Amino acid sequence: MATVDVDNLSKTFKVPVREEGFVNSMKALFHREYRQVEAVKEVSFSLDAGEVVGFLGPNGAGKTTTLKMLSGLLFPTGGRAEVIGFQPSDRDPDFLTRVALIMGNRNSLMWDLPVADSLDVRKVMYSIPDGDYRLRRERFTELLDVADLLTKPVRNLSLGERMKVEILAALLPAPRVLFLDEPTLGLDLSMQKRIRGFVSEYAAEEGATILLTSHYMADVTALCERVIVIHQGRLLFDGDLAELSERFGGIKTITVSVTGDLPDLGPYGTLTEHTAGKGVLAVPRTDVAAVASRLLADLDVLDLSIEDPPIEDVIERTFASGDDVERESDEATTE
Amino acid sequence: MRNLLPIYGIEARMSMQRQAQYRGAAFISVLGFLIEPIVYLIVWRTVAQQAGSINGYGVEEFTSYYIVWTLVRVFNLALAPGAWDWWVRSGRISNDLLHPIDPYHRNLAGMAGAKVVWIAVWVPVAAFLVLLFRPEFSPNLLEASTFLVAAWAGYVVRFNVLWVLGLVSFWTTRAEALVEVVVAMELLLSGRLVPMAVMPPWVQAISAWMPFKWTFEFPIELLIGQLSAAEIWRGLGMQLLWMAISGSAIVLVWKRAIRKFTAVGT
Repeated sequence: MATVDVDNLSKTFKVPVREEGFVNSMKALFHREYRQVEAVKEVSFSLDAGEVVGFLGPNGAGKTTTLKMLSGLLFPTGGRAEVIGFQPSDRDPDFLTRVALIMGNRNSLMWDLPVADSLDVRKVMYSIPDGDYRLRRERFTELLDVADLLTKPVRNLSLGERMKVEILAALLPAPRVLFLDEPTLGLDLSMQKRIRGFVSEYAAEEGATILLTSHYMADVTALCERVIVIHQGRLLFDGDLAELSERFGGIKTITVSVTGDLPDLGPYGTLTEHTAGKGVLAVPRTDVAAVASRLLADLDVLDLSIEDPPIEDVIERTFASGDDVERESDEATTE
Repeated sequence: MRNLLPIYGIEARMSMQRQAQYRGAAFISVLGFLIEPIVYLIVWRTVAQQAGSINGYGVEEFTSYYIVWTLVRVFNLALAPGAWDWWVRSGRISNDLLHPIDPYHRNLAGMAGAKVVWIAVWVPVAAFLVLLFRPEFSPNLLEASTFLVAAWAGYVVRFNVLWVLGLVSFWTTRAEALVEVVVAMELLLSGRLVPMAVMPPWVQAISAWMPFKWTFEFPIELLIGQLSAAEIWRGLGMQLLWMAISGSAIVLVWKRAIRKFTAVGT
């Protein structure tokens, strides 16, 4: 049985339409107009126990709304979700004890008191047995390197320090399912790396299921083999990262170094970068072998390498294809 | 059913720690709460000095009433509904809703814990008022104990009423207008502005069936010895009744409020 099972999940918000200007404001006193915003549209996927999955999409794609529905914060307006056998919208205390949602840049600890006090409150709130509490607290403190932060008031911590102790607090009850919404947002590279390492270790040791959103592709490539891409509320892709590159990458890059000046590479592909004696070509995936052979035959090649395009480029192409799909569906409905 | 006592214990303790950390702010807050009754005290003492006793309230009674008012005010301070507005807008409520404990219990306990520090701050201010105005009332141990029960019960009733009001924020992020109306009703019908004995009989009749009087006037009159045993039992009964009514209202409204929650601004 899947740990997270989502079937045609939808969320529509009713938002008031407010037009600018005094006259329109006065009109709104007597007659208010609303429009329906479909934040999530019939999204379906499932996650197995222990899977770590990237949940990608541009801003406003519906990622956070989906995570909030799966953690019991928002009620869906359509479809069904089941997480570790519970319907999140029932907000069963057993469900809330075993599932955690961590949102980047959000403080859930007691602002004025030392971090350790917030951890003690978590222990009582989640009924964590003394032994488990001590063990996990010690282990997580060491892994995240936050021993010296526990006695500091939360308000005195930097953003990165706060995120580390937020994660520590959220994981104390050892949740079986973890929803991470931009956990490394605004953090420097070393802090991002440490948090990634910790999440990876937690997932491996506890067998937790993790759904992660992040704008930093390094988070996704380091932690997730599988990604789910959502755009304008619709699911665009669900599969492993390599398949995503395959399907949406469309091209490969050939980097070629030659002796002497770089000749005109136009006939071989699209030149994206060049320096004296070195050029980077974007070539359709299907033509890569033939183009590489021609380059080796025609030029005095010193070095040649073939690579997939950076994952950021692939994701950008994926989102762009989502725009095309949306446009086509709009045209279809207006004909 | 989960044992909530440890939750109440730790939340109250944390709240005390928070208040203790900001002693200066706590002191200024308590002083702020006390300006209102001191104004009423001076005005009604002056009125009573000139007009004599009004429906059983003379200078002595007004003095005792408003000095005990200051203590009851510290007891019945509850979470302002405006806090909800901010919680919803800032997204803090999302954090609270992710935990397996209903935010009601955490906040009820937290406010109760803060009172312990506020009462400690209130003592010197009250001592000063007693020296200045020399009220004459001397409750016995039973009256003082019953007062403590009534004061805490009044706190729970008032907390519940304001909590229900705060839940309106789930339907609109501008609940202040409704809150203003209720605060005005409370001012008139609770004995906060003036003892109900001074009000017209029809206002007294309305106030007897509203929750407000049982959170303000009832504990005050109990401590200054204005109530008979029967009136005390009736008052405690009304507090229980309003706890049940407001508690049921919270359960009913909460279920709908949660469905309505759309994570505004988060």
